[in-house]
Amino acid sequence: MRPFELVTAEDPNQAVALLSEHPDASYLGGGTNLVDHLRLGVATPTLVVDVRRLPLGEVERSEDGGLRIGATVPNADLAAHPVVRRDYPMLSRALLAGASGQIRNAATTAGNLLQRTRCAYFQDVTTPCNKREPGSGCSAVGGYTRYHAIFGASESCLAVHPSDMAVALAALDATVVVLGPAGERRIPVVDLHRLPGDEPDRDTVLAHGDLITAVELPAPSGAKSTYRKVRDRASFAFALVSVAASLDVEGGTVREARIAFGGVAHKPWRAHLAEDALAGVALDPDDPEAQEQAFLDAADAELAQASPVGGAAGDFTEGNEFKVGLLRNTLVSVLRELSAADSGAESEGTRR
Amino acid sequence: MTEMSPASSVGTSLQRLDGPAKVLGRAAYAFEQPLENAAYLHPLQATIARGTITRIDSTAAEATEGVIAVLTHRNASRLDDTEDRELAICQGADVAFRGELIGGVVAETQEIARHAASLVEIDYEEQPHDTRLEREDGEVYTPDSVNPTYDTDTDIGDVFAAIGEADVLVDETYKTPMEHNNPLEPHTSVAVWRPGGEGPTLTVYDSTQSVHGVRAVLARVFGLDTQVRVVSPYVGGGFGSKGRPHAHNVLAVLAAQLAGGRPVKLAVTRQQMFAVTGYRTPTISRLRLAADADGRLTALCHDAVEQTSRIKEFAEQTATCSRMMYAAPNRRTTHRLAALDVPVPSWMRAPGEAPGMYALESAVDELAHACGLDPIELRMRNEPDVDPESGKPWSGRHLVECLRTGAERFGWDARAGAGTRREGSWLVGLGVAASTYPAYTMPGSVAEIGYRDGRYAVRIGAADIGTGTWTALSQIAADALERPMEEIDLSIGDTDLPYATVEGGSSGIASWGSTVVAAARAFRDEHGKDPDQGAVTRAEMPEHPDRADYAAHSFGAVFVEARVHVDTREVRIPRMLGVFSAGRIVNPRTARSQLIGGMTFGLSMALFEESVLDHRFGHVVNHDLAQYHVPAHADIGDIEATWLDHPDEHANALGAKGIGEIGIVGTPAAVANAVHNATGIRVRDLPITPDKLLA
Repeated sequence: MRPFELVTAEDPNQAVALLSEHPDASYLGGGTNLVDHLRLGVATPTLVVDVRRLPLGEVERSEDGGLRIGATVPNADLAAHPVVRRDYPMLSRALLAGASGQIRNAATTAGNLLQRTRCAYFQDVTTPCNKREPGSGCSAVGGYTRYHAIFGASESCLAVHPSDMAVALAALDATVVVLGPAGERRIPVVDLHRLPGDEPDRDTVLAHGDLITAVELPAPSGAKSTYRKVRDRASFAFALVSVAASLDVEGGTVREARIAFGGVAHKPWRAHLAEDALAGVALDPDDPEAQEQAFLDAADAELAQASPVGGAAGDFTEGNEFKVGLLRNTLVSVLRELSAADSGAESEGTRR
Repeated sequence: MTEMSPASSVGTSLQRLDGPAKVLGRAAYAFEQPLENAAYLHPLQATIARGTITRIDSTAAEATEGVIAVLTHRNASRLDDTEDRELAICQGADVAFRGELIGGVVAETQEIARHAASLVEIDYEEQPHDTRLEREDGEVYTPDSVNPTYDTDTDIGDVFAAIGEADVLVDETYKTPMEHNNPLEPHTSVAVWRPGGEGPTLTVYDSTQSVHGVRAVLARVFGLDTQVRVVSPYVGGGFGSKGRPHAHNVLAVLAAQLAGGRPVKLAVTRQQMFAVTGYRTPTISRLRLAADADGRLTALCHDAVEQTSRIKEFAEQTATCSRMMYAAPNRRTTHRLAALDVPVPSWMRAPGEAPGMYALESAVDELAHACGLDPIELRMRNEPDVDPESGKPWSGRHLVECLRTGAERFGWDARAGAGTRREGSWLVGLGVAASTYPAYTMPGSVAEIGYRDGRYAVRIGAADIGTGTWTALSQIAADALERPMEEIDLSIGDTDLPYATVEGGSSGIASWGSTVVAAARAFRDEHGKDPDQGAVTRAEMPEHPDRADYAAHSFGAVFVEARVHVDTREVRIPRMLGVFSAGRIVNPRTARSQLIGGMTFGLSMALFEESVLDHRFGHVVNHDLAQYHVPAHADIGDIEATWLDHPDEHANALGAKGIGEIGIVGTPAAVANAVHNATGIRVRDLPITPDKLLA
């Protein structure tokens, strides 16, 4: 761990000013990601600005009927918030699917969004990584890719964004409020995170010094929604794949579907092609085969974009082609659940 | 001990004597020993898998404020004995595997030491390395023996003739991956050199399963004799990885030589554990089971391939379980090793039996399926009257009773055909597997019993790695002395105490307990029921007269219900039951804890654990607990362990056969067999992850 100076920010503008003056500075939220990276030598700031004391800890109704979530609201509190549980169950479930109780107590809303993408090689300073050291190469290429991207990866980076919460926020069309040196601006969550391209060191579109002060949710749609996470153990594991979905059905016809995937890309992956394929589809409970086919078609419309990593059978580089089939099955399973009369019956699929 | 007193403490569920101190944080583990002026060590590790160090620049590290010394092969003292190359670190520029300890930084704080270690620049001349067990060239060799001293190969009858004539043949290959022991407490070692009249003395506070083992090895390596003391009062788990010293012990002692007499504390990080504190070799087991149409085995052939490190052989006894489990007239077992540029494998909970019985008990399930027989019935048809290997009678087997008892309790008759039972979105299956583990006792332990002021001091250099030794040994001593527990003061975990063998091979309580019983008897013989103040007696572990005439093993049956999600193929285990025959149970509370802990370990092996070795670099990629999965609470449902009441009078004086490992052994196959019953899919390559069950 490189020695650093720790400063506690009193107000948001001071925090932004501090960071703007120090190119080597980092914000500290709950510390559930940054502290690991400090220990591992992955992050080496000389100044750490603690923003947990900023007055950004409220969850409030907004004028348009939506919800404004302060940046420092802990994940555990947000998941348990009665309005979130009632009006945005997908978000509550996504939060509870993430990490462990202890981590959710510490982790903040903004910090969750700004956790770094995950990759074993990124976290190991003895292996090359373009994200950690631009130009050094990507060890995941030809390496261990079980938890890596199948959408939107580049030759320089295969890492995925690990947040569950962000996947739900992407599906909910949430917006982040950002305070920068030039003032406040709003960015849709779906545009906050980047695909790696040839700049994998940049996880988001934020500039140095930008501070997320809140997340805003639009008014609840009333559509049935859920979050399903598939992982290698029942709890406290990153997603192999996850699906946030809502299905707004009117008179037996899909009016609107909102779908986002987690664990499959450098950012929460909003599945617009699958959404478009579902819009206007008639769901006939008496013809489950046709319904199943419609769900499969929607999944395949999105998965046609997938470019999973192949691997040699029996080698450690088994690749992640299995995630295509797993994601297809998971999405179909979720859509079946949401379209069923008594939805929730199958929520054991995300049992914690 | 067979004549237990009526008011006996053995057999009662006493709470852990060390529990309150641990819960209150007052139990000082090795690293927490209050030592004045301690310095901290952070290791340097090789970043190549094979080659030579050509340059080390430690100027920046040495110039860092708070750094006391930088240890490398240039300034490390020469060891007296370098035959064990795992331990012969910092003696030259060669690198034998990635992550090998090649030095360290000693500093005023852990943080400074770690930061300064990152400033040391090291250049290498790399040589090509080879870390692949699955080899096209088939380059493997035959070790002289397998752990601990078993014959490498056995061949009885004519296996291949029987295979050729079989009505039914199962011929399948089962694989288990590299796995790492991950005790909650990482390995720690604190080394203190002090000047002494006859040369310096060394005290090591260590997290170990054997203080006397660490003492003996460090004394040999450093050319010392009686000037070494090892202290280890509490240990936060070991699972075999603390059964013998590893290179970090040597590193701490070498570093302390540069610290000017200050104590040097080393806590190995979780990531470092994946390179330097041992692991379970990956195994490839080919099983050939030949049977007649009634499911009676005519041949059993188990060929195992494993890896070891090029610098040190560890040959795991993967196939020895196949020598004694079933009554096949023709039996053949072999072990072959590939010597690779990998870290040194070692003991991990039930080395040999855990992967070997996964293979054998999966194959037995496949045979039952092929014969159209219930797998319990198939096992009963192949139950041997005597140990098939030695021809000796069993000291106590009771496997059939375990299977029958378990089947009744678990509701085995609800088991349906493979892939036929569905509840909602879940495919449901039941599986069973047998478990076995040798009833080792290790000779050589000595116990001392002293009396003063109405209290009995029981002294033995044994270990409690969280298993309950403090409590169980005290209970045994109380009964053997025919005094209440409150009068017993047990001391363990210090080489100033009489010699004791390792807490390993599930042998601790049987060996130390027999020793304590012998000492108590000797004490009463010498001093009577009303001893004088200061009366003291010692005794060594007695040889049990029956031991040579009987085959002594623990047995068990593990039952598992598996649920597999129809869409996502996630596996959940809502119910597990283990029924064990392990002789006398000294303390039901701590025994149950060990048995369900073992079963949890087995579930973990079945579903989660896999160290992914990146052959390009030679390191374990997923080297932390976020990526190397062990079960979370949500993964364990209703888990129950029970046992048959059969004290084994032929196994040892105590009648107890050991419970540390029997819980893990049958569980992986039971899970795999339940998953097969749920889905119809046979996974022969652990762990059973969702991708392997996707259609």
